[in-house]
Amino acid sequence: MTELVRDSLDHCVKCTICETFCPFSQATPLFPGPKYVGPQAERYRAGAASPDVSVDYCSGCGICTRVCPQGVKIAEINSRARARLWEEQGIPLRNQLIARPSVLGRLGTPVAPLANWTLRNRPLRWVGERVLGVHRHAPLPRFAGRTFQRWAKRHVSPAAERTVVYFHACGTNYYEPAVGRMTVEVLEHNGFHVVVPPQDCCGLPLQSNGNFPAARAYVRRLAARLAPYARDGCAIVTNSTSCGLMLKREAQEILDLEDEDVRVVSEAMFDLCEFLLLLHEHGELRTEFLPLPLTVPYHAPCQQQSHGIDKPALDLFSLIPQLEAIELDADCCGVAGTYGLKKEKYEISMAVGERLFDQVREAEADVAACDSETCRWQIEYGSGVHAVHPVELLHRAYGLGEP
Amino acid sequence: MTYDVVVIGAGLAGLASALRLADEGLHVLVVAKGVGGTHLAPATIDVLGYADGRVESPARALPEFVAAHPEHPYGRVSVELIRASLEWIRERLDGLGYRGGLEENVLLPTAVGVAKPTALVPQTMAAGDLRAGGRFVFVGLGGLKDFYPAYLAENLARAELPNGASVSARALELGLPLGREGDVSGTGFARRFEQSAFRDQVVRGLEQRLVPGEIVGFPAVLGFRHAQEVWQELETRLRHPVFEVPTLPPSVGGIRVFERLTAALRRKGARVVVGTTVSGSEHNRKTLEGVVTQTAGRPRTYRARSFVLASGGFASGGLQMDSYGRVRETAFELALAGLPAPGGQRFEPGYFDEQPLDGAGLAVDDALRPLDPAGAPAFENLHAAGATLAGATPWREASGNGISLATGYAAASAILERMS
Repeated sequence: MTELVRDSLDHCVKCTICETFCPFSQATPLFPGPKYVGPQAERYRAGAASPDVSVDYCSGCGICTRVCPQGVKIAEINSRARARLWEEQGIPLRNQLIARPSVLGRLGTPVAPLANWTLRNRPLRWVGERVLGVHRHAPLPRFAGRTFQRWAKRHVSPAAERTVVYFHACGTNYYEPAVGRMTVEVLEHNGFHVVVPPQDCCGLPLQSNGNFPAARAYVRRLAARLAPYARDGCAIVTNSTSCGLMLKREAQEILDLEDEDVRVVSEAMFDLCEFLLLLHEHGELRTEFLPLPLTVPYHAPCQQQSHGIDKPALDLFSLIPQLEAIELDADCCGVAGTYGLKKEKYEISMAVGERLFDQVREAEADVAACDSETCRWQIEYGSGVHAVHPVELLHRAYGLGEP
Repeated sequence: MTYDVVVIGAGLAGLASALRLADEGLHVLVVAKGVGGTHLAPATIDVLGYADGRVESPARALPEFVAAHPEHPYGRVSVELIRASLEWIRERLDGLGYRGGLEENVLLPTAVGVAKPTALVPQTMAAGDLRAGGRFVFVGLGGLKDFYPAYLAENLARAELPNGASVSARALELGLPLGREGDVSGTGFARRFEQSAFRDQVVRGLEQRLVPGEIVGFPAVLGFRHAQEVWQELETRLRHPVFEVPTLPPSVGGIRVFERLTAALRRKGARVVVGTTVSGSEHNRKTLEGVVTQTAGRPRTYRARSFVLASGGFASGGLQMDSYGRVRETAFELALAGLPAPGGQRFEPGYFDEQPLDGAGLAVDDALRPLDPAGAPAFENLHAAGATLAGATPWREASGNGISLATGYAAASAILERMS
């Protein structure tokens, strides 16, 4: 365990504030709470086998770490405890599979129509649940068929004084290439030359499924790709808020990586809305927005809030005439990346998301906004309301065409 | 981003200060390392419970108390201002139906059966007032840790009450189905109390067991958002006065306060960022211009015209002492008052002894601005509130929430005055 994480454990005063906020222990007795499985159970892990499997019911949303008044890295401790558990017990095939989005993406993309049909075929999903343990109702995204990388290779980003590097992550590449295109166009509209280096998965799903060695290999490879740009002083921007957090912090704090590439990339990494708002603070964001007469419920996902950057999407929305954003206060959508896909956790995930789904529905809006891709898919599935990345609304308000 | 005011800390002092400013139309940001004392302290507002013995009327006791403790935070705010802060929170949190005020302390039973004086009481706790005596029954919920009604009742029967009033108290244990859980936290029970089927079981379990005229005390777990309705329904269906007894943390009553204050802040367009530590500042001579916060990846500066420091005391990390006995204020390295002499004793052996570090904290002027070693404001636009202030021993005085509320309110008043 890193010194930072280990030292923080000693600051736990058992005040239970984390337990009052944990959305997952509220939804299931199978997860006894972040303090219980983490700071409290940690002493049983010293040199001994993992005391029980309940830590696997932690989703890794990170809310416990955020609310802790003593700075205890609770989610990080639990993430490491989960990896330790799976190291002892062996990681199930399902977890190995769903934790490799770029492998799934490469397999599914060439046969997208067939793959999408399969993933929506009820009998096959039933089989998938029995054989693999992926819940038959869990919301799975559709393969776009054409990757974002393919678009980016043909796209010529106009020369500009300033260059920015775009880390699009797997969700954009295989499922939502339009979000990637809009991100590039919004950045170009603001006077940037956008570079899209070849890139693979950041390793986050493997990390949250307890396969740390594989996660480390992925994040090192990715960091090695991005580090030369960071060393040249380029900002790296991502619309995938959880993958951005992986590179900013989690690779170092959870995976315990001391890697020079990872370090320089972490300092150059910006969440897309964070980056645009910083531009605005320097008077460099174009603000000639068209009115968007919309009411938009906005959910800041857990991982976005763990950046510690407030909710820049709300500040950007306030620049768009006639757009009324509603800041939702429900904590979590429940999906936590791959957590909600699992047979034994799907019901928990839906119970956690219920409050958010209700709030989205109550807003009676045509569209909701959220920074994380898996959370958007969960919100759409749970509430029936179309959910978009904030950049999609900015793109529309800039008049850059339909998505 | 540039705000009118940045408030550091999300306990009662910080949130009250932020809301009062946001109510006046100011653009407010709250940044906090974590969630504050609301989740640990009960929802009562204790202004002054003990001075020389138990205080019956804070309004009458305060002038003498302040004269005897000139360095106390109450010495920086007037009695009128304390009264105004109580009125303000009573109106602002009208959904909690606060009762009482500065004139007379209410006596409420604690979970260990002490008759504790407090000034402002949420409606769901008000029927527990012991001043006139009465027949009480305390209900234990099987599976709820840290609430022992028999212990409470036995201690309470020995409580000394004013005017010779007397209390009789007994305990009842209620076994309720908890599903697969062996024990359940206070928040777990609070969620269950929001379900009507669970309340049905509670009422059925008690109906035949209450004696006419008894006042029924529950642990303070009667729901979150709908606590008023839950409490009302139990009173109506049981046909007995019902009240809540504050429990050990997590404090469900305090969570209700936190949720209402933060929801009100959101409605006013204020931002609350939790999980972010303030690690430095930007300033120009005596004007504080921005606070530097830690984010994943890099520091982030928030600029504002005024600032409120409500980061708490030793328990919350607003003050810190290292192993060499050096004490520091963690956000701005401000000068501290109330410290033992260098090399002097820092701890007395008895836990309940008066401790040399009891009163450590920030000395402030009448606008609650922390002072530098020369006695001048460290920054002309930085105000401090709550447990970070010097001169108080809230656990002895029963004054914690009162100091937080009054000084949070006063810091906001000082900012509004200067901005107008």
